[in-house]
Amino acid sequence: MASTPDITPQGATASVLSWLRRDLRAALCLGYLLALVIASVAAPLIAQHSPIEQSMDMLAPPSGAHWLGTDDLGRDVFARMVYGAPMSLYASMVAVGVGLALGLPTGMLAGYLGGRVDTVISRIIDTLLAFPGIILAVAVTGALGIGLTNAMIAVGIVFAPNIARLIRIQTIVVKNELYVDAARSFGMPVRGIILRHIVPNAIQPIIVQVTVMLAGALLAEASLSFLGLGVQPPWPSWGQMLARGYTYMEIAPEQMYAPGIAILLTALAYNGLGESLRTRLDPTSRSRR
Amino acid sequence: MTSPEQISAAPARPRTDAAPLLDVRGLGISFAGPDKRISVVRDVTFSVAPGECVGLVGESGCGKTVTGLALMGLLPVHGSRFEGQLLLDGEDLLTLSEAQWRKRRGRRLGMIFQEPMSALDPVFTIGEQIGETLRTHFRISRREARDRAIEALEAVGISEPVRRHDAYPHELSGGMRQRAMIAMAISCEPALLIADEPTTALDVTVQAQITDVLGELSARSGMAMLFISHDLGLVSQTCSRIVTMYAGEVVEMGETDDVLLKPRHPYTSGLLRSLPSFTQRKGRLPSIPGRVPRPGDFPETCRFQDRCAHSREGCLTRQHLLRVGEQRFSRCHRSEDLDLPGVLS
Repeated sequence: MASTPDITPQGATASVLSWLRRDLRAALCLGYLLALVIASVAAPLIAQHSPIEQSMDMLAPPSGAHWLGTDDLGRDVFARMVYGAPMSLYASMVAVGVGLALGLPTGMLAGYLGGRVDTVISRIIDTLLAFPGIILAVAVTGALGIGLTNAMIAVGIVFAPNIARLIRIQTIVVKNELYVDAARSFGMPVRGIILRHIVPNAIQPIIVQVTVMLAGALLAEASLSFLGLGVQPPWPSWGQMLARGYTYMEIAPEQMYAPGIAILLTALAYNGLGESLRTRLDPTSRSRR
Repeated sequence: MTSPEQISAAPARPRTDAAPLLDVRGLGISFAGPDKRISVVRDVTFSVAPGECVGLVGESGCGKTVTGLALMGLLPVHGSRFEGQLLLDGEDLLTLSEAQWRKRRGRRLGMIFQEPMSALDPVFTIGEQIGETLRTHFRISRREARDRAIEALEAVGISEPVRRHDAYPHELSGGMRQRAMIAMAISCEPALLIADEPTTALDVTVQAQITDVLGELSARSGMAMLFISHDLGLVSQTCSRIVTMYAGEVVEMGETDDVLLKPRHPYTSGLLRSLPSFTQRKGRLPSIPGRVPRPGDFPETCRFQDRCAHSREGCLTRQHLLRVGEQRFSRCHRSEDLDLPGVLS
């Protein structure tokens, strides 16, 4: 059942390690994501080819020289995958980060304050939600200027209303709970009530939503790069590679496998990690220790 | 017996020997309704001396809980309007700023709620929640807060307090949770504890234990208590004085034994007579016909008039709280004429 709380940093590390030992899914997902990060950092050491060097060896199947073959311009697919990993990770993080930074405070404010503030914020959210996501993202990217970071900020702005709406309704539910009144009756200031009681109780669906959005951001990056608004050629990103491979689907379908599977696995890892985190953070669903 | 004397116009202090810790004078509360203001509580006057245990009794919807919440300043700020005075240590709470009031909450005033299931935050351990309360009011380290939380858990009779300290609310039984809630409320040693139906959601056996814990704490630490309940039996066990409320008004007030043996208001008498007892009685258990009028529909006559077996012509005017004895007050102009049955009659 209950164990003594881990106050020391060593205790915190030990508790994370023991969590990973018990939760295989979390360990696998975290391991995969860590491997991606390491590959991103050590890209020049891992890839023997340059990701942008072209050759006459176009659309070659996998071989000893090119582990995953070459693309339509004769560039090494493996090298492009490795160099594209940080772009894709960065892209999804920026998009979700911007979405959270904009959506969480506004939604929470609307839910907590209620009344007119809520009405105004909710109508703005509705207006943003009425736009088709990709159109909004294209428009925002157009306004901010072309480039991966701007494209992902645009995706974040598209995500923000969803997050705001979710946290708003959660805040409304939690703020009417008796323990919030109880905390007030013990003299806790409003800031303390929001940070210590409302956020931890309202955040769970957000964690799940974030992992879904991380996966969604990977695909959004692909769409925007496909439209030429994201990563600029010749530099690679997974989404852009997938979009490019799609063009040669009929003559070289294997072009789509590497980036497609990489995006799929990363999205899966995000989701799995989110689900494990949610279980981990919910004391009522935590299994006996 | 002194002659009836009207006290509502110039609020008299029911207790004069000791300066009261809490003195509620002519408290009125109204909320903004859809088309007009709805008065929920009117002319509530009572006091609690230091270390004293006072019971606030009445049916559901009579304004007990609203009064308790008003004392804590927990009613919504928008739309509620207050009249009268809420004096704590001679200081009117209603004139304090939110920040000043907040400093008194928890420290001078504590509250425990009816539902121990939902009054504890499910994502933190019991100990974390008690420690957090302590750290809001005192500058102490985490370790100190932990020690004091364990002490508080021990004080409310929780076995293995060290282990329970790290338990989550869902791992405890209802009675345990209510004890933990009490531990949280008393951890900062408030001068007055407001217990709003603390045992209603619990089993009868656990009820008795919780009542004992509260009585013992009050006796040991000299903490005053306002015990809000619909259960006269429970209140009479713990409280030295009883305040009866009906339809948003205080209708009777007096020493517990006095009130039980010789109620001076037909409503209190009706409540007492509808208590089941072990002694053989003939016929059906008496009940009070009708139901409490809803706020907004309160009549301008005596508010109990249409349910009262003793109502006369003279009952069709607004009633005031009358002094009918040294410590006795009744909101019934016929209280001198009537010989109302109490628990023994």
